[in-house]
Amino acid sequence: MLAVLLLTFALAVAAPALVALLGRRAFWVLAVGPAAAAGYALASTRAVLDGDPPVTSIPWVPGLHLTIDLRLDALSWLLLLVVGGVGALVLLYCSAYFSRDAFGTGRFAGTLTAFAGAMMGLVIADDLLLLFVFWELTTVFSYLLIGHYADRKASRRAAMQAIVVTTAGGLAMLVGLIVLGVSTGTWRVSEVVVDPPTGTAAVVASLCLVAGAATKSALVPFHFWLPAAMAAPTPVSAYLHAAAMVKAGVYLVARFAPGLSGEPVWRWSVVSLGAATLLLGGYRALRQHDLKLVLAFGTVSQLGLLVLLLGLGTRAAALAGLALLGAHALFKAALFLVVGVVDVATGTRDLRRLSGLWRAMPVTAAAGLLATASMIGLPPFAGYVAKEAALEGLWHDATHGAGGLEVAALVAVVVGSILTVAYGLRFWWGAFGTKGSLPDGGAPAVPHRRQPALLVAPPAALALGGLFVALVPSVGERVLSPFADTYPSGDPGKLVLWGGFTPALVTSVLVLAVGALLFGQRVRVERWQASLPSPRGADLVYRRSMRRLDDLAADVTGATQRGSLPFYLGIVLVVLAVAPGAVILSGLLTGTTVAVDVVPWDRPAQAAVVAIVAVASVLAARARRRLKAVVLVGVAGYANAALFLLHGAPDLALTQVLVETVTLVVLVLVLRRMPPYFTDRPLTASRWVRVVLGVTTGVVMMGLTLAAPLARVQPPISVDFPAEAVEYGSGDNIVNVTLVDIRAWDTVGELSVLLVAATGVASLVFLRQRSGAVLRLSRAPGADSGERKEWLAAGRTLAPERRSVMFEVVTRLVFHAMIVFALFLLFSGHNAPGGGFAAGLVVGIALAVRYLAGGRYELGEAMPVPPGLLLGTGLFLSAGVGLGALLIGQEVLESFTFDFHVPLLGKVHLVTSLFFDVGVMLLVVGLVLDVLRTLGAEIDRQGELPENVVAVAGEESR
Amino acid sequence: MIVLENTPSAVLVLAVGVLCGTGVYLLLERPLTRILLGFILISNGVNLMLLVAGGRAGASPIVGSSDEPMSDPLAQAMTLTAIVITLGLTAFILALAYRSWQLHGHDEVADDVEDRRVARHAALNAPAYEDADADETGQTLDEEAAAVHDDVAGDEAPGEEAPGDDTSDVTTPGEAR
Repeated sequence: MLAVLLLTFALAVAAPALVALLGRRAFWVLAVGPAAAAGYALASTRAVLDGDPPVTSIPWVPGLHLTIDLRLDALSWLLLLVVGGVGALVLLYCSAYFSRDAFGTGRFAGTLTAFAGAMMGLVIADDLLLLFVFWELTTVFSYLLIGHYADRKASRRAAMQAIVVTTAGGLAMLVGLIVLGVSTGTWRVSEVVVDPPTGTAAVVASLCLVAGAATKSALVPFHFWLPAAMAAPTPVSAYLHAAAMVKAGVYLVARFAPGLSGEPVWRWSVVSLGAATLLLGGYRALRQHDLKLVLAFGTVSQLGLLVLLLGLGTRAAALAGLALLGAHALFKAALFLVVGVVDVATGTRDLRRLSGLWRAMPVTAAAGLLATASMIGLPPFAGYVAKEAALEGLWHDATHGAGGLEVAALVAVVVGSILTVAYGLRFWWGAFGTKGSLPDGGAPAVPHRRQPALLVAPPAALALGGLFVALVPSVGERVLSPFADTYPSGDPGKLVLWGGFTPALVTSVLVLAVGALLFGQRVRVERWQASLPSPRGADLVYRRSMRRLDDLAADVTGATQRGSLPFYLGIVLVVLAVAPGAVILSGLLTGTTVAVDVVPWDRPAQAAVVAIVAVASVLAARARRRLKAVVLVGVAGYANAALFLLHGAPDLALTQVLVETVTLVVLVLVLRRMPPYFTDRPLTASRWVRVVLGVTTGVVMMGLTLAAPLARVQPPISVDFPAEAVEYGSGDNIVNVTLVDIRAWDTVGELSVLLVAATGVASLVFLRQRSGAVLRLSRAPGADSGERKEWLAAGRTLAPERRSVMFEVVTRLVFHAMIVFALFLLFSGHNAPGGGFAAGLVVGIALAVRYLAGGRYELGEAMPVPPGLLLGTGLFLSAGVGLGALLIGQEVLESFTFDFHVPLLGKVHLVTSLFFDVGVMLLVVGLVLDVLRTLGAEIDRQGELPENVVAVAGEESR
Repeated sequence: MIVLENTPSAVLVLAVGVLCGTGVYLLLERPLTRILLGFILISNGVNLMLLVAGGRAGASPIVGSSDEPMSDPLAQAMTLTAIVITLGLTAFILALAYRSWQLHGHDEVADDVEDRRVARHAALNAPAYEDADADETGQTLDEEAAAVHDDVAGDEAPGEEAPGDDTSDVTTPGEAR
């Protein structure tokens, strides 16, 4: 089974290439997939009949109970045969139907084949969730097929409508499937049906499944999408909207009816929806002029009948429903294909413009006649056998003590059948009959030429099939009754051509007679229908409700998306204060969260430092001068570093000091180009709001800070870190080992964030490229070959008034020392404070000093590589080298230790996580370099440009 | 040996509160520079909070450096990461501020024009966007169906009438009898 599925999907993927290679003949190749499925079904007939269905089971996502469970029982057998057989014929038909240069044939062929695959998967899936997966796949492919002519508004509308309606039902169905799976504890369809849930679960599941079936099978009130979907190419209509996809809902009903039809809610909803659809579809089919629309409403009507029969829950009705399912696939697909032939031949499907075609196209007309005869239930066709069985079964149930439901169903079926006879006759007469005069007085459309055999053969084969299967009804009964017998109630039904003079026979004759009468009075019927209000209600309700939904979305967006950043942030903070904040604070105050316990300080010095932090941050918040605010924030940051140190975190203190320095430099670099004062905002009211929010948030954070450590009940995970750091990481500095080994994945993630941030900075300032060229001294304007010895190489590129000899001398002296210090931090970081982050920041500061002293060309000389190279290499060294451990079968990012002796240096203790740390350092250097080059050098350059080009300055590329 | 005692110290709690409070005050401003400074202050506060969450102060977490219990290294590793990320974000917001100043002459965060437009339209109950596909056409199903025609085989045969379809975009012209 799986092989057939995979073959079909593989063909679908290959379809565009095949069409490019073979043209329309590619459809012949593609037909192999569905044909193989039908062949497989036929070959398995024996096993299916013996009650030993072929089963495949492959685990897919065990955590979700999603398994590739496939099972071919009698119902699946029937549908696989229909889907595969009709699919193959439709694909063959396509090869003759479409013109050679038709629009998007490759895509169409692929989608149609993929659809066939999804449909096959749907009917043989035995896992609740797998069933849903295939269900949704058919929805998506049908969307693509209906919207095949995407340049036409009607197609787009129809496609969108179909996918919205069917997906909504599909989601409801998913809920139902999950309810079934959870309440029964098994996710296999076959097991759920044998042991169905009871009580509320059964009611919910029934309603959800019926909703899914109703949308998919176009039952009232969701029937409107199916006629609109006739915007699809005719072969699609024949396959999806007659034989295959719309049968999915019928299949769903049939699949779960043996388990759930005992529920009154199931029976009532299925029967009422089915009966209403049966009558409405038949009524509306009577007055359509487009042949496809006649068939579309006819299909709606027949789907209602199928759902009614298969969902009712009695064995006789189920057997009749299965027979009708097969018969319907044969005659309705044939009729759609016949319409396609007429359309190809005459260029129209309007029955008012066609006349006398039975003479011009005898073979097609004969095929249409056979199929119509089957549809209206003339003996000896499949439709007759099925309908006779339905009437017989319903009559039997209704007269043998069944409730009012069966009687209502019987009445609906009789009236629906009368309508079917009327529109069936009208269809054939409309397509092929000779009319006295055409309504607009014009000449009838005539066929242009003989149609190719491949175009006429598939509908003829399907129509003949409807005759042949009816001639051996006992075979049909034999293959279909095993499934019908799984239904819980009623007597077994029979499939026969001649059952004697029974009430059913009388009813059939009556149906045919009244139907023929209705057809004979078609002019009056049409006039009467036209006098009634046009029943396009469901469609209008759908459109209006979609419009309401749009309006509601716009209202919600308008109410919530105010477009103001402070507003958004304010909401976030208010929620923080109201939701977690209130809980924590009230818990702390009442002692329910934790018992509040606090020491004044760990070390007395903390108090002094905290005072500095508090004063600096409050002053920073009040400052109106940019530079003052920046400096005060810097003070708070340095004081924070002191707090880290006092807490016993030297690595943090070191990093914080370095970061604070880089931040200060960068802030000053940018601020020199901006106005010195913040814009004055004298709105005191809003300021008080901010004060209140600030104080509230501060209090909430204090509560959180109190609660977080006190709430701990387990020993911290880090109790083992000291031992692990030495044993596995071969380092004494636990923080560093944590970063490069124990929690190295975190660090890799963080490095990626840094890389993205650096790239973002560069792209905001260099607008046209990743970053500007490396500004080497040789490219500086007026650069001569350095004849005089200078303290800094690029010093003379600066204007004389900006140079400071003192600064240049100091820079010259300390730069190399800083680099050496950075390397020291890098190598010693594993065992002492330091590490890649600190090393990278020290190098960054050294570069910043060079830049500040010597200008942008000096920066280019100091680090003559593009920052992207450093960032990329850094990430590669840290993450990529970590992958290397995989090659020797170890965990990613696992470290190894090598001890060896090097002459001169002595004993070397090399841990592979050093490479990781080198990567970290390179990446941090890259970040700082990027920032210096963009926020420093590039802004310098833009500042030197004339004022009027400043706004677009970044777009200048050098 | 890690410090297992976890009683928070009041001064650190106070520092967290002041840093976050002043940070929020700045964060709710309009100029990006002040927002950035508020962000830095909040980051400092949160870093401190992470550290306090790890337990009381102790010796440096370096094996063999001291006999006293060490402060929690995990909280420190996380904080260290956070500090460097703050640097990256600082640079990014600064670049935003500079770009805003370059384009608009100030670094204030203006209200989002598109959001305001949506709100205005919603207030008027006007459609938020044009969607011709969703409009009601007023056509009957029959009229719509008559306008739809497939690219069928007969179309390419010479000397035959092009089908009477209204969708000239899909059938090749010039096939008149």
